[in-house]
Amino acid sequence: MTADRPQSYPLTNIVVPVESHRDSAESAAIAPPQVKIAARNLNFYYGKYHAIKDVSLEISQNRVTAFIGPSGCGKSTLLRIFNRMYDLYPGQRVEGEVILDGENILTLKNIGLLRARVGMVFQKPTPFPMSIYENIAFGIRLYERIPRSEMDDRVRYTLTKAGLWDEVKDKLHQSGLGLSGGQQQRLCIARALAVNPEVLLLDEPCSALDPISTAKIEELLFELKSNWTVVIVTHNMQQAARASDFTAFLLEGKLIEYSVTSKLFTTPADSRTEAYITGRFG
Amino acid sequence: MERHFEHELEELKERLLWMANLSENAVHQAVQSVFEKDEKLASRVLEEEKNINDLQLEIDDRVMQLLATQAPMAVDLRFILSASRINNDLERIGDQAVNIAQSALRILRHPQVKPYVDLPRMSELAEGMVRDSINALVRRDADLAKSVLVRDDEVDHLRDQIFRELLTYMMENSAVVFPAFELILITKNLERIGDHATNIAEDVIYMVAGRDVRHLASDRR
Repeated sequence: MTADRPQSYPLTNIVVPVESHRDSAESAAIAPPQVKIAARNLNFYYGKYHAIKDVSLEISQNRVTAFIGPSGCGKSTLLRIFNRMYDLYPGQRVEGEVILDGENILTLKNIGLLRARVGMVFQKPTPFPMSIYENIAFGIRLYERIPRSEMDDRVRYTLTKAGLWDEVKDKLHQSGLGLSGGQQQRLCIARALAVNPEVLLLDEPCSALDPISTAKIEELLFELKSNWTVVIVTHNMQQAARASDFTAFLLEGKLIEYSVTSKLFTTPADSRTEAYITGRFG
Repeated sequence: MERHFEHELEELKERLLWMANLSENAVHQAVQSVFEKDEKLASRVLEEEKNINDLQLEIDDRVMQLLATQAPMAVDLRFILSASRINNDLERIGDQAVNIAQSALRILRHPQVKPYVDLPRMSELAEGMVRDSINALVRRDADLAKSVLVRDDEVDHLRDQIFRELLTYMMENSAVVFPAFELILITKNLERIGDHATNIAEDVIYMVAGRDVRHLASDRR
């Protein structure tokens, strides 16, 4: 793993979950995932309110990482730091470093480009009031000028990757607002994928969806991680357990535990994690 | 506010303890029927086996219901999984008790081969292992569970010792072959009871500490 880490950022004191919690020769033979994002000593403030307290963690490439914790624990705040969503709001500030492929994104000047590299999907589906096709093409045009035929291919590829193509291929020019909630959310995922991001951030993407649509999104996560690094915030612990490879538990702005999902949900190391995931508080 | 789930977990635990009580009792009665030459006691073990079997099915149902409806996590998940496995071990202990009782009924038709010295020690050890593995479960005591694992070697040692001794008797006197053979079967069953107690103790360690110590060398447990 170390060979791929940027040498200028020695990643000491950072929680790095190991992929298998069984101490066996078999698991040792599996190559550990590479680090895509490394957060170091992150602190975040909403005005005077200290929302993230000295959080350090690494997000693995081509894996799904879930953030869980009770309301107000800072999980969405942490997610939003990864594409500097906070820049939109005055009075919010961050301290520390977030290293994306060797570069501290907190000091980047071109935030538009960062948000193309780190896409985001929100709780409520937010398709633009335009056709399904244009919902995808719109974002692409912001960054690239490509011929119509190539655009068609990109729209098709992206919708296919988001698991929506078969359902919308005959109505690409109808409004995206006419789709069901689950379809709209997959359209938003497709829209985020269209600009070739490296990381996909999902902020409770299923909380407004029915169980069938939720299952489709979760299945989609398995597909997406072969191409992208996915970070998901979820209130639904079962979802984190089902769909993620690594899980981070946050409480009152602090990272309490970060480990392989199967370990965190069967043998958590911290009593606070245990109390939360067994429903004894939170 | 106590959650419904907590109540159901408590009920599962109580049923498991009742199952342990029945199995332990069956073993005790079965070996006593040999030592006290009590045919009625041996027959009672055979009659009461049904209660153990019924309870095994009931506990399995409860486990299935809890897994399906509550999606348990962490310590709750470990408890429910352990309960399921312990349930099976207890049922098997009940089966071993039945085997011992059946041997008892056959032995009682013959004169006693020799005074029983090591056999009571062995049965006491095996019964103690079952009792302590269950006590460890009740008290969530991983150390007590570990002490059960250590005792399994003593039970194995006694089985070998009794086997050698009975073999000598059988070689000297062919008239004792049949009852001595039944005694060997009893030691085999007691040894298996020790193994099941060991399984239970391993499950208790998993449940309490989250460590899976099955198939590990004794120094790594």
